[in-house]
Amino acid sequence: MNKVEKFLNSKFLVTLFSILLGFVVGALFLLPMGISPVEAYAKLFDGVFGSVRNMAYSVVYATPLIFTGLAVAFSFRTGVFNIGAEGQFVMGSMAACVVGILVPAPSIILVPLCFLAALAVGAAWGLIVAFLKVKWGINEVLSMIMFNWIAFYLSNYIADLPMIHNEGNAEATKNVQDAARILFPKAWLDALCPASNWGIVLAVLAVILVYVIIEKTTLGYQLKAVGFNRSAAEYGGISVNKSIYIAMAISGALAGMGGAIQLLGMGSRISIFTAQESFGFQGISVALIGASNPIGVFFAGLFYGALKYGGSKLNLIGAPSEVINIIMGTVVFFIAISHVFRFVKKRKNNKKGEA
Amino acid sequence: MHNPHLDLNTVVVDMRNITKKFGEFTANDGIQLTVHKGEIHAILGENGAGKSTLMNQLYGMYPPTSGEIYIKGQKIHMDSPKKAISAGIGMVHQHFMLVQPFTVTQNIVLGMEPQKGIMLDMATARKNVEAISKKYGLAVDPDAKIEDISVGMQQRVEILKALYRGAEILILDEPTASLTPQEISELIDIMHSLTADGKSIILITHKLKEIKASADYCTIIRMGKYINTVEVDKVSEDDLASMMVGRNVNFKVDKQEQEPGNVVLDVKDLHAVDYRGVEILRGLNLQVRKGQILGLAGIDGNGQTELVECITGLRKATKGSITVNGTDIFNKPPRYGFEHGVSSIPADRQKHGLVLEFSVADNMVLQNFAEDKYSSRGIRKMDAVNSFTQEAIEKFDIRPRDCLNKPAGTLSGGNQQKVIIAREVTNDKDLLIAVNPTRGLDVGAIEYVHKYIVEQRNKGKAVLLVSFELDEIISLSDEIDVIFDGRINGSLPGKDADENTLGLWMAGGKADE
Repeated sequence: MNKVEKFLNSKFLVTLFSILLGFVVGALFLLPMGISPVEAYAKLFDGVFGSVRNMAYSVVYATPLIFTGLAVAFSFRTGVFNIGAEGQFVMGSMAACVVGILVPAPSIILVPLCFLAALAVGAAWGLIVAFLKVKWGINEVLSMIMFNWIAFYLSNYIADLPMIHNEGNAEATKNVQDAARILFPKAWLDALCPASNWGIVLAVLAVILVYVIIEKTTLGYQLKAVGFNRSAAEYGGISVNKSIYIAMAISGALAGMGGAIQLLGMGSRISIFTAQESFGFQGISVALIGASNPIGVFFAGLFYGALKYGGSKLNLIGAPSEVINIIMGTVVFFIAISHVFRFVKKRKNNKKGEA
Repeated sequence: MHNPHLDLNTVVVDMRNITKKFGEFTANDGIQLTVHKGEIHAILGENGAGKSTLMNQLYGMYPPTSGEIYIKGQKIHMDSPKKAISAGIGMVHQHFMLVQPFTVTQNIVLGMEPQKGIMLDMATARKNVEAISKKYGLAVDPDAKIEDISVGMQQRVEILKALYRGAEILILDEPTASLTPQEISELIDIMHSLTADGKSIILITHKLKEIKASADYCTIIRMGKYINTVEVDKVSEDDLASMMVGRNVNFKVDKQEQEPGNVVLDVKDLHAVDYRGVEILRGLNLQVRKGQILGLAGIDGNGQTELVECITGLRKATKGSITVNGTDIFNKPPRYGFEHGVSSIPADRQKHGLVLEFSVADNMVLQNFAEDKYSSRGIRKMDAVNSFTQEAIEKFDIRPRDCLNKPAGTLSGGNQQKVIIAREVTNDKDLLIAVNPTRGLDVGAIEYVHKYIVEQRNKGKAVLLVSFELDEIISLSDEIDVIFDGRINGSLPGKDADENTLGLWMAGGKADE
């Protein structure tokens, strides 16, 4: 094995190198605007690590991305391509919002109820697509893109319903009841940041849960078998259709959960949007950077969340925060390219090895 | 010498002392190869012996570590396929490199299209293709799309592609691996007509019968080392086999007479349609008994695949009945059949038999991963899976020995097949269905697979052997059924079998005529 192969085979090194290249490319865009990349990145670094408050905010920003990242990673591992995490996220968020506004209950009941609603609606949003695929063979990528838009407009429609619409503010729902919020205790908020919440703990639990399902359970075995080789799974007596349903439901539930956490932890209400918020799409990047490994996804989510928060500070020095999207795009691009290189290399080796 | 076109005075390929190292691994170690004009030269060796490596060097895929290559007396530093092509070498790979949605003509002229100004001149291209196809007796339909034609036809297109590029020396890499017996004999005819035209052919293979039927000389390679070059007429198949594997090979299958027991598999009046909706099984009846190997002979496409799919639950039949030990498994899902005594070695080991990305251990429990032995409350017992697999690896001699956690896709074809056999045999079901169980395997592995099939029969299992290799059917079966056009067209005891009768039935001749 030569050096190039060793490098390509280490997903970790490739990821680090891709991140580095992302920053280099970001710098190339900053330079012609007359902004010093060094200054911009220093600001970015400060925006993430400069204070406990900044770090706490980065974690808050990362939490929903870890969930959508897990949702997409789970789908990758089980052979369905969940590009619909966006819609499942939005629907989960809306479900939690409706329950959080309308159901009068104490925290101990209301919070689990909000989560349950989000899980169920997220899963259902995934299941509809799975149903279309199984029943009529409709390509899940196409239907999911459409369902993302259905979710988007449905969310805007529901936000406008008198029952939950905020009278004073034409652009958003009421806030959810305080009992529905999942913020840390007041003393912790003072020490961290005003939006710090239990979501990150749930994210860690979700990471562990997904890891166990994929690596340790018969369910994970079954789903992976279908993902890798549908024919062999069927031959082995595994019900392929059932697996597709389960995989999409779990993936959708994870994304929906992310939506609920974003709402109950951070947003507390849902605005009427003119464009998709893209938590789900960013989840695809997170899954790719995390190599579809739950633990990788956790750190990739933290990375993306940190850049998103730190990037918002770039405006302070006149740099556009969109440079973050360029950096993330580049990182994903190079990681994807490394897969191509690995594939080509492997084919070459196979040819040699066939002998 | 039976080949009148062989010109021993003209050497076209001379590879001298070729050594190729990949890092620490020596794939070729001082190999010699001399090919003359008009010669068919076979290169024989087991999987992994270094045949393809040698040919890839001749075709310029990578240069030798040491050694020299002379083409028609000229020393050539062969470092790209382009050089090889301009030196008159053409290669037909085992896995065809054709553009599926393109027509035959488009594929053949690809990269060398005749032009009219800046426009493609397809009319001329088509004419050229027709001319060249006529010249060598390689009948193809120039307007057919690749995806619509048979594997044998695709191979002709590959050969024509090489000839169109002016190849004088043709390398055929395992050309018969996916052909039916009829297509194989057609290919051998084509090879002879090419040598009659002064072309030389290098044939990479591990099938002894084909070497005997076509080649003039044969070079044997074993574990990267040059063993010998022999005149094919002067050696027997047994000689070739023992040179290839380095020990005596037993082609005779040891099998004691044995009285078959009760009916295990009973198929009655089975009807089914294929993927196009055409009725392909048309009232098929078949029985396999305990302690019996029933060989199902037939030409590909007469309903064998569909029959096996119906029995294993992968396809719904339209009419009829299937029982195993009296239990009705007609149109039941695969798991139901498995639980009631059906195990099978599928025809396509990479598509149905294995999940290539899964480790060997994971593949060993493809059907019973959820049974109590290997899981509890939905959590897999990896210790149990691993120790079961390790036992199987040793018992069935699966190599490499440390493959427990390696993806099944990294194993050689023969060892992949051993994994499937280990799994299906240890499943210990009353019925074992084996479909082309030795396809693409080398002699050593074939001997091994046959041994296990017979062992199952001796243990009192019912075995349904479906194979396109008539030799395999004849040497293993206690009873032979011939399938033609979706029905059994004749049957006879294995010991009375002769190729002519079976061949006649396979082609649709009547048993009582």
